[in-house]
Amino acid sequence: MVELRFRTDEAPEQPAVTLDAFLDQSNATAVRLEPDDEPRALLPHLDRIALIEIAFPKFRDGRGYSSARILREAGYAGELRAEGDVLVDQIGFMRRCGFDSFAPARPLDMAAVERALERFAHVYQPAADGAVPVWKLRHGG
Amino acid sequence: MYRYDQYDQAIVDARVAEFSDQVARRLAGEISEDEFKPLRLTNGLYLQLHAYMLRVAIPYGTMDSRQMRMLAHIARTYDRGYGHFTTRQNIQYNWIKLEDSPAILADLASVEMHAIQTSGNCIRNISSDQFAGAAADEVADPRVWAEMLRQWSTFHPEFSYLPRKFKIAVIAADEDRAAMRLHDIGIQLVTQDGVVGARVFVGGGMGRTPMVAPEIVPFVRREDFLATMEACLRVYNRHGRRDNIYKARIKILVHDLGATEYARQVEEELVAVKALGIDPPAAEWERIERFFAMPEGLAPKASLALDGKAGSAFAHWRARNTRPHKVAGHVSVTISLKPVGGIPGDATAEQIDVMADLAQRYSHDELRVTHSQNIVLPHVAESDLPAIYDALVAAELADANIDLVSDIIACPGLDYCSLANARSIPVAQKIAQRFADAERQRDIGELKLKISGCINACGHHHAGHIGILGVDRKGTENYQLLLGGSGAEDASLGKIMGPGFDEDGVVDAVEKVVERYRTLRSDGERFLDTYRRVGMEPFKEAVYG
Repeated sequence: MVELRFRTDEAPEQPAVTLDAFLDQSNATAVRLEPDDEPRALLPHLDRIALIEIAFPKFRDGRGYSSARILREAGYAGELRAEGDVLVDQIGFMRRCGFDSFAPARPLDMAAVERALERFAHVYQPAADGAVPVWKLRHGG
Repeated sequence: MYRYDQYDQAIVDARVAEFSDQVARRLAGEISEDEFKPLRLTNGLYLQLHAYMLRVAIPYGTMDSRQMRMLAHIARTYDRGYGHFTTRQNIQYNWIKLEDSPAILADLASVEMHAIQTSGNCIRNISSDQFAGAAADEVADPRVWAEMLRQWSTFHPEFSYLPRKFKIAVIAADEDRAAMRLHDIGIQLVTQDGVVGARVFVGGGMGRTPMVAPEIVPFVRREDFLATMEACLRVYNRHGRRDNIYKARIKILVHDLGATEYARQVEEELVAVKALGIDPPAAEWERIERFFAMPEGLAPKASLALDGKAGSAFAHWRARNTRPHKVAGHVSVTISLKPVGGIPGDATAEQIDVMADLAQRYSHDELRVTHSQNIVLPHVAESDLPAIYDALVAAELADANIDLVSDIIACPGLDYCSLANARSIPVAQKIAQRFADAERQRDIGELKLKISGCINACGHHHAGHIGILGVDRKGTENYQLLLGGSGAEDASLGKIMGPGFDEDGVVDAVEKVVERYRTLRSDGERFLDTYRRVGMEPFKEAVYG
């Protein structure tokens, strides 16, 4: 269940299907990527996708962060959801990689999430969230 | 050296606040140890055999006296009066309480230090040449590139849950003083058409499957440096093995794919990454470069004559523990943390303070930690050497044994570490005692002896001219002997000689190997050279024959 969403548009209603099913069904608009799925397989279809759900079966498995960035770098603007073992202390990194909704397997402590997301005012590297890296701030934004 | 600006400070301060919050939630039972573990690990906090161990980052091994004094303060206040300098140019404290850790991180932040990413499956502290900025053979100061990497890798959102830990070293000379090719990524700065760029090696490492890293990119200009690093890491993050912790390092991926195929994938990824504009502008490089300019007032001087002191303890120490500086009349001094019978890399709070004082007074306020677990005063006028030597003698820090057989690298081993199979420290102590005669050590010459208490190879045994690996054999400690490794520019991996030994047996075996070398060597040959010329057999015969 989506506990946290950073979008203002309507949440997509179609359930996410597997990558194989998605590539077989020309009318699907929501897809789920497992950690070892190739996100670039979706690139020819980005304009018809409303939701990409990326699975985190274990929080230690960081492949989904790269999948998210690859999709955002390719211009995907639809909903990008992290699903599974999503914990308070990973959400900041996930936001930076372009995730904008979260469906954690276990409920989150929302106060802790809020503190975590507000904590770091500055970042060292540009990523998918548009945050301005400090090297840019140092040299006149 | 580099100084934080408001942004660096704000990021480190925020980290202290974040970790305090995480520790509070853990102590209140709101998060489980399983969930807390990766959080404390990315703050350098390990749960060891007897207590928590805290590993503090010393970026590329460079510090000023104020930071060094803070390390002494932490040893005195929160530990048992000791610090342990590591092969990653960091410092570890072995007796830390979880509830003290937020206060320690706050103390560190007050002197522009932290423990960020000193553990966990992320990009670790960047290591470098301990003589950076002082060595005549460097093409540029490697710490500029190392600092660029430090900032880029700090809280990298995509690479904080890699398949396994990730270590990067940067050097800038042909002589490799940082075991560069035994890192996940090794970078050598080189010049091409008058431009400094990076030669990138990927997939080296020690552990149970030691490998020397192959060259992946021959030359990267600084404009594309971070994009190239990002591409190297992304290929690893996506395709590195996660099913088996022992096969999860990047060396396995590069080996399985082959260097050519890995390089091709990196190049392909680079096309996507380059478009993102992640590399900072020239102005940022220049800003960082200014911090690493030669210290003001460090001008050529006349050399120090020995004045009839030849053969004195001072003369031996000077010959062994100093090396030429790029500015005439100056040297870099290596302070040995390897007294005979001591624990390699350990220093007391008082000794740490003495070294801080010496740096402030005589070395333009700079210190370095070496991957051999010693301390360097990089910028010393030769005329100050007698005063430095006297102060070191008083602090029991004047051993004249750099790169000799008693300058041993050893991991903490079973005395401290929860992963170890065997003790390392007592073996190091016994070998140093066996070769305690300084004259004999000098005659033996350069001999790098490295000891690990388990297959994870934190003591770099694969890279020792003589390596010792402690294993557990049916419940008793057993030590294997390896010969012929090197972590230098002629990098090679040691070979196991034969059946292992008990603790005293391995000390005897080392002595037999060394004595056989003394009978076999020809003029000017180091142990390693003789071994490479004659091979394993004569040494085997000396030990088992």
